[in-house]
Amino acid sequence: MATVAILALQGAFAEHGRALDRLGADHFEIRQRSDLGKPFDALIIPGGESTVIGKLLMDLGLLSPLRDRIVKGLPVFGTCAGLIVLSKRVIGGTPSLATMDITARRNAYGRQLGSFHTEDRFGDLDKLPMTFIRAPCIDSVGDGVEVLSRVDGRIVAARQGRQLATAFHPELTDDLTVHRYFLEEIAGLRV
Amino acid sequence: MEKSRYELNKELAQMLKGGVIMDVTTPEQARIAEEAGAAAVMALERIPADIRAAGGVSRMSDPKMIKGIQDAVSIPVMAKCRIGHFVEAQILEALEIDYIDESEVLTPADDVYHIDKTQFKVPFVCGARDLGEALRRVSEGASMIRTKGEPGTGDVVQAVHHMRVMNSEIRKVQNMRADELYEEAKQLQVPVELVRYVHENGRLPVVNFAAGGVATPADAALMMQLGAEGVFVGSGIFRSGNPAKRAKAIVQAVTNYTDAKLLAEVSADLGQAMVGINAEEIKTIMAERGQ
Repeated sequence: MATVAILALQGAFAEHGRALDRLGADHFEIRQRSDLGKPFDALIIPGGESTVIGKLLMDLGLLSPLRDRIVKGLPVFGTCAGLIVLSKRVIGGTPSLATMDITARRNAYGRQLGSFHTEDRFGDLDKLPMTFIRAPCIDSVGDGVEVLSRVDGRIVAARQGRQLATAFHPELTDDLTVHRYFLEEIAGLRV
Repeated sequence: MEKSRYELNKELAQMLKGGVIMDVTTPEQARIAEEAGAAAVMALERIPADIRAAGGVSRMSDPKMIKGIQDAVSIPVMAKCRIGHFVEAQILEALEIDYIDESEVLTPADDVYHIDKTQFKVPFVCGARDLGEALRRVSEGASMIRTKGEPGTGDVVQAVHHMRVMNSEIRKVQNMRADELYEEAKQLQVPVELVRYVHENGRLPVVNFAAGGVATPADAALMMQLGAEGVFVGSGIFRSGNPAKRAKAIVQAVTNYTDAKLLAEVSADLGQAMVGINAEEIKTIMAERGQ
């Protein structure tokens, strides 16, 4: 049975838990260093405020151990703030885990009035619903990064090895495509 | 499948969960708050404790001051308008504020009507003391609720009271027979659909934060253990001896609110807490503004 850890420092972590429940994947929350003692096969970094998550990763001593595990191949999926936390370069912010060779642009769509919902393609898959809340986008990607989605010409989902990042929030919709893609295609877990 | 603006606004509140929203009066304070880990800041000219001390009429903040704070930080910026003052809300929307707090901290502009929040694109958060108030605000279009507590006191007793009342009323509705919901909706003066949502889901249809009197990491963790999904801290931070350190401690307390050892660590050596006033000793009861 696959176990997924959800980084639960701040933000919409419970929503990812509900998506995993529906896929039948076991999960638990990481709130501090002692939680890293439990075994897990994959990690999800939720939406929220990237400044808060980045700061708490540092203050709680989670930054280096998690970075080490991701660099060694731990499958990780970051949504919105999670995308920023994974990015090596951040326009309008500070890199945190910095494990993914992408450049994130914070608040790419402006303030809350710029938040929107749309449908678009994800990789080879059909169109799926995408919710952008004060979202970032990906300005550019390095070698070895596969672009999975573009919305209005902007990159909003990408994969590098076992790392997946989306600027939108699959956990806010009923559509489980992206979570299933992460667990099956990236983490190689059966659900 | 076009999602409504209201859904997007409720979803922004979901992103704020597990976070601390801090009152700030200057760009400098806003930067301190962001640096300490605030999930959002509330821009206002005077913190509730000073509003209480100064007396008189308290209104929406100067747009110039709000803009200064929007320019200073990258996190969401909220601002308050008076209860029922829909023109102040229109001005805040024109400033592209991320969330409007239709707040009892300011002097109410309307003694009967709240703002019809469905007419706005920007989201609203409103205070509530019980389930009826919370659902009335949601029916008017609020996409986030907070307890009223008693602002500017540093006394958490009213926030605790409001959170306990709300959650016990939610449990009561949850356990009702389906045919009892119509009468409950009448009692609460809200549409039956909202009561049915609470019955089926055991929670409010929107995110619910604690506010009004939170002054220490222990207060914040108390509210989280009582069921708050995040915390507003008004006067408690910049009215204390070491705002940056206290703000950071409260942020950590909200993330690890059940870990007493960690709470002990972050509560140590924070300097003087907001002195505060006993909620029983005050003359102006802000929580009674707007029912």
